[in-house]
Parts: sequence; C-alpha cells; structure tokens
Amino acid sequence: MTTNPFIEVQNADMRFATAKGEFHALREVNLTVERGEFVSLIGHSGCGKSTLLNLIAGLLLPTGGALLCDGREIGAPGPERAVVFQNHSLLPWLSCQQNVELAVEAVFKTETRKQQAARAEAALQLVGMGHALQKKPHEISGGMKQRVGIARALAMEPKVLLMDEPFGALDALTRARLQDELLKIVDRTKSTVVMVTHDVDEAVLLSDRIVMMTNGPAATIGEIFHVDLPRPRDRVALAEDPAYVHARKAVIDFLYARHAHPEAA
Amino acid sequence: MTSAVITPSSAPADEPAAASVPSHAPVKTEAVAAPVKRVKAPKPPRRPGTSWFWNRALPPVLGLALLIGCWALLTLKSNGFPTPIAVFRSAVDLFADPFYRKGPNDIGIGWNVLNSLGRVGLGFGLAALVGIPLGFLIGRFDFANRMVSPLISLLKPVSPLAWLPIGLLVFKAANPAAIWTIFICSIWPMVVNTAVGVQRVPQDYLNVARVLALPEWKVITRILFPAVLPYLLTGVRLSVGTAWLVIVAAEMLTGGVGIGFWVWDEWNNLNVEHILVAIFVIGIVGLLLEWLLIAVARRFTYEVQA
Repeated sequence: MTTNPFIEVQNADMRFATAKGEFHALREVNLTVERGEFVSLIGHSGCGKSTLLNLIAGLLLPTGGALLCDGREIGAPGPERAVVFQNHSLLPWLSCQQNVELAVEAVFKTETRKQQAARAEAALQLVGMGHALQKKPHEISGGMKQRVGIARALAMEPKVLLMDEPFGALDALTRARLQDELLKIVDRTKSTVVMVTHDVDEAVLLSDRIVMMTNGPAATIGEIFHVDLPRPRDRVALAEDPAYVHARKAVIDFLYARHAHPEAA
Repeated sequence: MTSAVITPSSAPADEPAAASVPSHAPVKTEAVAAPVKRVKAPKPPRRPGTSWFWNRALPPVLGLALLIGCWALLTLKSNGFPTPIAVFRSAVDLFADPFYRKGPNDIGIGWNVLNSLGRVGLGFGLAALVGIPLGFLIGRFDFANRMVSPLISLLKPVSPLAWLPIGLLVFKAANPAAIWTIFICSIWPMVVNTAVGVQRVPQDYLNVARVLALPEWKVITRILFPAVLPYLLTGVRLSVGTAWLVIVAAEMLTGGVGIGFWVWDEWNNLNVEHILVAIFVIGIVGLLLEWLLIAVARRFTYEVQA
C-alpha cells in the first residue's frame, strides 16, 4: 500500500472548558487518512469520535497537537472538507434545490446562476432526489433529508467528505438502502470519506479501515482494523463471507469485550 | 412579563457543536411568548353539521349573550348606567356617519380611530426600526447583551403614563409626546423576542454556514434572518398589542383627536353610552390588529422540523 497521507492528525489533544470544570475529551490521537480512503470512526457514545470529526472539519480547534489536510494546517472549517451532519441540518425555509445551491454558490462563486443550478440539480439526481427539487425539508422523509444533506456535501466537490453518523436517525431498511447508495457514489467519485458511526455492520460494509476508539474521558484510538474486502461490496453476498464475519467479530470484540461501555455494565 | 428579560445565552455563538460536550444549561423562556408555529398534530375527524355548530359556533355566541344578558339585568333598575339597547342605539347613530367634522372637538368616531391608529403606526414603526436591530445586536453579542439587559429589565415594567411627562418635556407638544410613549412602551417585546430568537438559532445552521464559509451578509440574509423571523413576528405582535393599549391612556392625557381622548371627552359630557361604544371599538380594533399579525406570522413561519 502506498503511503499518501491526505489527512494527518498529529498527537491531537482536546479539552473543553465546561461549567463543571475542564473536560478532557481526546488525548494523543494520531491518524492518517489516504486519498480515496474510506475510514470509519467507531466507539461508544461519549468516546469523542464526533469531536475528532469536528476537529478534522475545523469546527473545533485542538488544544494540543496539529491537524493537516493536504499538507496544510486545518485552522477553520472550509468547503473542501464538506460535512454531512447527523441531523441533516437542512435550512427549513429553503427548498431542497436551494439548500444545495447555497453550498454550490459558496464554492463555485464565479459560475453563472445557471451553471450553479445545474450543479445542484446534478447532485440531487445523484442521490436519487431529482423528483423533489422544489420540496421543502419538512415535506420529505428523514431518509430523503439525509440524501439532500449528502447531495449538499457532494455538490461542493470536496476533497474530503466528513460524515457524522449520517444514517443514525434512520430506520434499518432506509439505512441499508442509503449505505448501498453511498457505496456506489463513493466508488464512482473516488471520494475520501471519514465517517463517524456506532453501527458495526455499517463500518465493516463501507470502510477500508475502522478506527476503534477507547472510552472517554481522555479517549484515544485503541486499534485500527483493515477491512480486506474487495469492492464493489454487496451486503447480501458478504453476510456469510468469512472475511466479513472476521472483521465484524474483531470490531465487536473490541467494543463489547475489551472496551465495554462503563455505563453498560 | 415582568421577570428578568434576556438571559445570557447559554450557548455562546462560538461554542462548538461537539456531541461529547456535556452540560447545556437550558435557556430561560418565561419572558418570551413562543412564536406562532404550525404544529402537525393529528386532529380528530371533524364531523360537519350539527357537531361543528355545538362545539365551535355556539360557545362564543353563548358567552356574548351571557355578558349582554347580565349587563341588561343589572341595568334594569339603574338610571345612571346605560342599558345594552341604549348603547346599541347610540352605536348605530355613531356609525351612521363615522367621518363627519363639526369643529375641532366634534369629529366622527371613524376619524378618532384613524388618528389613534396613525399614532400607533408611527410610534410602533419607530420602535421596530430601533428595536429589531437592537435585538439582533443583543442576541449576537454577549457583551451587548450584558450591557443592555439590566436596563431593559429596569425600564420594561414602567407604566406608559410615567413616560408621558418626559415626552412632553422634550418635545413640548402633545402629539409627539403620545408617539414617544407608544415608542418606548412597544419597543421592549420586539427587542426581547428578536434577541432570544437570535440566541436560539440552532448551532447546526451556523455550523453549515461555517463549513460553507459563507460571507457575513449571507449568514444574515440566508440563515439568521429567516431563523429569527418567527420570534421577531411574535415580538411585533406583542408590541402592536401594547401600543394599542397605551394609546388610549396617552391620548386621555394629551388630548387632541383620537379614540382615547374621545373617551375622556364623552366622560366630560357624561355620555356613558358613547364610552361603552368606544370600549367595544377599542377591543374590536385591537382584535383585528392581532388577527392581522397572526396571519402575517403564519405566512412567514416555516414548518418546524421534526
């Protein structure tokens, strides 16, 4: 495997000042993500996986260490690191197309309105939402909202797609469909993706590597698992594949045997 | 509505939306009326016809009938207080020609109402011009919030009548003093509601703006303003209500043409029928203003996400 570090997290440390005093969320996090790689961050709730994603996004700045994207230090959020938010975060007063256009306008400033509209429409077509361009977010289902959220991120043609439990709020069937579609989109666009999840199957199905995090406070990376499954992946065929079962077992073993959630006991 | 006004924002604007950060103190809400929201709730199927009549149309009519009935009974033997019928007759007389002019002190009730509405419009309009931007400032910047909040808490409960002499002193005329009183009394609901609205813009929306690196004016026009609008319109609605309350008191003291002064004038003429007509007119105009603004608020309120 060639080493072409695209995102580098170097010894990152994150502390929050809270009303009850300082909260040490992350310590000594070291991680590199290569171009075109799909990396999942998995761990129990409160392990700081979302915090790590927000650090990569630039929504948070680390209290120690450094983060680099494409060789440059991450100092602020930017459209080259598009975020798909957990709760879709669509603006309820804009239609689906306007929501995506807002992102397109921010990135492709020099293009004409027509070109921008075409980009937005293409992104929505890509996620199968071409039929709902003029719908407002409250008029569509949760799964559709998340599709529009993904379309908004994809339309920005980001260097990295950052996803914070993108399918966490969806029912199992919708989630499976969106995962399959995400697989196809990522295969087609060769996107670099960092995704936070707490779903073991999701992580194994989608990822090249699974980053398993220890429990907080002061969480860090416990183990990184390489998923050696060929692409394109098919969820039905994989269900009995020994490599898939092995990967699944390895992650479950980490999460529930060696790093069981302290409150779950 | 007299408790402390603007609670310092529990979530500062630059606080990260980290899922792992604990302790989010809830924002206090007492002093703020919730904006008009269209909430989707399953309604029981409404059977048309008789059931609608019994449940919807009858109760308000019955209530009004009861009020007028009690009034009629109580005034049967009285000779000072007019009966409903006498008031109705004088109302018919008054509204037969609401826009007559017979000298400076004898003007139709329509002119009086229009004059009062004009003052309310002017005072309220000025209050909106000052109050809404002030609310945005307070909501956006903690420093401004801490600076202005105590002053608002102090000034908000002051009676309109206490402001009137200040207006008279400064403007040396009755009409500007009345407008000043409307201004100072109707500004607070707009300031407070706008500020709370700005403080409550979901951090998610602001994060979207940060990821997109939107310029500040786009953040304001595309995200902040639409998000705050429902709160802002609630503030406007409360403000107009207050303004209409205040105008009667202010006009009673300043005189001139207006429904408030008209009430006082009729009291001096001992024409109690007219006073009662005026009370109904004031109530109905206030109600219409409220309906109008609720309709506006509905129009501009986006559906709340589930």
